[in-house]
Amino acid sequence: MHSGWSIFIIVITLANVLACWWLLYWAKSKKKDNDSETTGHVWDEDLKEYNNPLPRWWLGLFNITIVFALVYLMLYPGLGNFKGILNWSQAGQYNTELETAEARYGEIFRAYASETVEVLAENPDALKSGHRLFINYCATCHGSDARGAPGFPNLRDNDWLYGNSPEAIKTSIIQGRNGIMPGWGAALGEDGVEEVAAYVKSLSGLPYRLDLAPEGKKKYMQFCAACHGTTGTGNQMLGAPNLADDIWLYRNDLESIKSIIANGAQGGMPAHGDLLSAERIHVLTAYIYALSNPSSADAGSKQQ
Amino acid sequence: MPETAHSTYNDKVVRQFALVTVLWGIVGMAVGVLIAAQLAWPALNFDLPWLTYSRLRPLHTNAVIFAFGGCALFATSYHIVQRTCQVPLAFPKLAAFTFWGWQAVILLAAITLPLGITQSKEYAELEWPIDILITIVWVVYAIVFFGTIAQRKVKHIYVANWFFAAYVITVAVLHIVNNLAIPVSLTKSYVIYSGTVDAMVQWWYGHNAVGFFLTAGFLGIMYYFVPKQAGRPIYSYRLSVVHFWALISIYMWAGPHHLHYTALPDWAQSLGMVFSLVLLAPSWGGMINGIMTLSGAWHKLRSDPILKFLIVSLSFYGMSTFEGPMMSIKTVNALSHYTDWTIGHVHSGALGWVAFISIGAIYALIPKVFNRPAMYSSKLIDLHFWISTIGVVLYIASMWIAGVMQGLMWREVNQDGTLTYSFIESIARTYPYYIVRFAGGLLFLLGMFLMAFNIAKTIMPGRGAAAMKYETQAQAA
Repeated sequence: MHSGWSIFIIVITLANVLACWWLLYWAKSKKKDNDSETTGHVWDEDLKEYNNPLPRWWLGLFNITIVFALVYLMLYPGLGNFKGILNWSQAGQYNTELETAEARYGEIFRAYASETVEVLAENPDALKSGHRLFINYCATCHGSDARGAPGFPNLRDNDWLYGNSPEAIKTSIIQGRNGIMPGWGAALGEDGVEEVAAYVKSLSGLPYRLDLAPEGKKKYMQFCAACHGTTGTGNQMLGAPNLADDIWLYRNDLESIKSIIANGAQGGMPAHGDLLSAERIHVLTAYIYALSNPSSADAGSKQQ
Repeated sequence: MPETAHSTYNDKVVRQFALVTVLWGIVGMAVGVLIAAQLAWPALNFDLPWLTYSRLRPLHTNAVIFAFGGCALFATSYHIVQRTCQVPLAFPKLAAFTFWGWQAVILLAAITLPLGITQSKEYAELEWPIDILITIVWVVYAIVFFGTIAQRKVKHIYVANWFFAAYVITVAVLHIVNNLAIPVSLTKSYVIYSGTVDAMVQWWYGHNAVGFFLTAGFLGIMYYFVPKQAGRPIYSYRLSVVHFWALISIYMWAGPHHLHYTALPDWAQSLGMVFSLVLLAPSWGGMINGIMTLSGAWHKLRSDPILKFLIVSLSFYGMSTFEGPMMSIKTVNALSHYTDWTIGHVHSGALGWVAFISIGAIYALIPKVFNRPAMYSSKLIDLHFWISTIGVVLYIASMWIAGVMQGLMWREVNQDGTLTYSFIESIARTYPYYIVRFAGGLLFLLGMFLMAFNIAKTIMPGRGAAAMKYETQAQAA
C-alpha cells in the first residue's frame, strides 16, 4: 500500500477512536443537571427529555472497548502498513497451523509412503485413513459409497475410464482428468445421430432398431471408432468409455445416448495435487484401488 | 374534532404505508417460512425453478427488509417528523409519489427475483432499472423529510429525527455506491468492482444497511414511540447525543468483519473487528435510553401489550448488538462463520428487534391515524406478543445450537488429522433444528395474521360490537 494511503488510514482510524473519547469527555463536562428536571424542550405535546448522566458501567464498557481497540491495533496489523508488534498475519497463521498438523500427523502418512499401493490396500488402518480422505475430498461427486452418479464414475464396478493401475489412479487424483466427447450433431445430421445411436445400443446388447444399425455402423466406423475402438471397447489412454459393456457413465436410454452423440459431453475430474500431500494421495489411491480389488488374490494382478 | 394542528397533518400517506407494512410483513415472512420448510423438506421446491431456495431467499430478505421494514420506516418517519416538527409534511404530492414509487419497487422485486434476474449481491440483488427507481424514490423521500424538518415550528430537532436523517442520507450513499454497474441489457448488468474490492464494497454496504436501515432507522421509531407509549420523558439527552454520534461514525468501519480469513488484507479485517467491538457501547446506549425511559412506569408493562412489544424489542436489540461484536472477534468468527449461527443472529435482530419495534409502533399508530380510540382488541395484541416471542425464541435457539454444532463438526479431526465429518453429515444432523426453526417462523407468521385481523377490525367502519369494545377499553385505560 502506498504510504500516503497508509497515513490516511492511520489518521482517520485514530481520529474516529479518539473522537469517541472526546464525546465522552464532552458529556461529562456538561454541568450536572438536576435529575428531576427535563431539558425544557417539549415536542408533540408531551415528549420531553431528562438529562441523566451517562451510566458509569456503560462508560466503563465503552472505555474498555476503546482501550482494547488501541492495544489490538498496536499488536496486530490494522493501522495501514504498520504490521503490529506481534508480526501476525493470516497467511502466517495458516502456515503455522499446517506445520503443526504436519508435525502431529505427518509421520502416520510418511510410514505408509514406503509401502506399495497393493500392500496398503490390505492394511485396515491405511484403508480407514483413505476412507476418511475419500469422504471429504471425493464423495461429493463419487458418492459416499463410491458408486458415482450419472456423469460421475462408479469406482466400485471395476470398469475404468483411465485404468486401475495404482499409477493411473494416482495420476487421476493428482492431475485430474478432462474427458471430452465432441458433439457430432452437425456432422451426422438428425438421421445420422439416430442411426449411430441404434448401433451403439446394439454393441452392449440393448434393444435397438435393426433397420438403422447397419447404416449406423458405417458412420460409427467413420466418426467414433478412432476413440471408442472398432469393437466399441473404448480406450483408456483417452478416457473413451467402453460402449460394449453394460456400464454407462451417462444414462443409457435412447434420448440420452442421442443427446451425447449430438451434443457431446465433458467430464472434469479436478486436480488434487495441490490440495493433498503426496503421502495422503498415496493412501487415498490405495483406498480407491481396494474398492475394486477387495481380495488379496486379485491385488495388483488386474488390468482391464 | 376541533380544528387543531393535528387535523392538518398528512396522515393519508402514513395510513397507506402502515397498512402495506402489515401486508408485506405477511408476504415476506410467508416466503421465509416456505424456504425454512424447504431446508427441512427439500422436495417443497416442487422442481420449479422460480420456487427454488436460491431465488426465494433473496425475495424473502428483500421483502422483509425493504418492503416490510422499509414501509414501517416510511410510515413512522412521516408520522413522527410531522408531529415533532408541528407541521404537515412538506410537498404532499412528492410524499404520495414515495408511496407509489416504493410499492412499484416492491412489485418489480417480487417479479424479477423469482425469475432469477439478479445482480448476485446480497441485499442488493435488484437489477439496475429498479436500482435507479429506488434512487429516485429515495431522493424524493429525502426532499420530503428534510423539507419538513426545514419548516418545523419547534426550534430543537427531536432525537428521533436525528436518527431518521442519518438513515435517509446514508442509505442513499450506500445504495448508489454499491450498485454502480454497467448495463448490458434491461435485465443484466455488471458491477464496476471486481474481486476483493467488490467484496469489500458489498459488505461496507451490507453491514451499513444493518447499521443505518435496520438500526438507526428503527432507533428513530424507538425514540418516539417508547416515551410516547410509556408517558415518560426520555432517560438522558446527553446519552442520546453521545451514542448517536458514536454509533453513526463507528458503524461505517464494521463491514470487513464479514470477510474474516479471506483475500481481504489483514489490516482491513482487523479494523472491521476492533470497530465492531467499539460499537458495543454506542449500540447499547440506545437500549439504555429506551429501557430506562420506562423506569417509574414498569407497571404499565403489565397492562399495555404495545409497550411489551417495544420493550422486548429493546431487549433483543441489546442481545443481538452484544452477539454481533462477539461474532466479529476473529477466533469466534472462525467457528461461527458460514454456520446457521449467523442466521440465528440475523433473526434475533430482524424478528426480535426490527419486527417487534415495528409491530409495536404500528399498533400505537393505527388508532391515531385512523381516528379510533384504540385498537380493536388489546387481548389479541397480547396474544400476538406471546406467539411472536415464543416464535423468536424457538428460531434463534435452534439456529444457535445448530450453528455451534456445525462449526464444531466442521473442525473436528481424527487421530490421523483427517476431518471426522463430511459436510453432508453436518447437514443431516441439522434437520431437527431446521424443523424447530420452521415452527418458530410459522408462529411468528401466525402472529402477523392476528395483527392484520386486529387492524382490519379497528379501521372498518364501526359496528355496534366493535364500538362497544372501544368504549370499554377507553374506560379501562
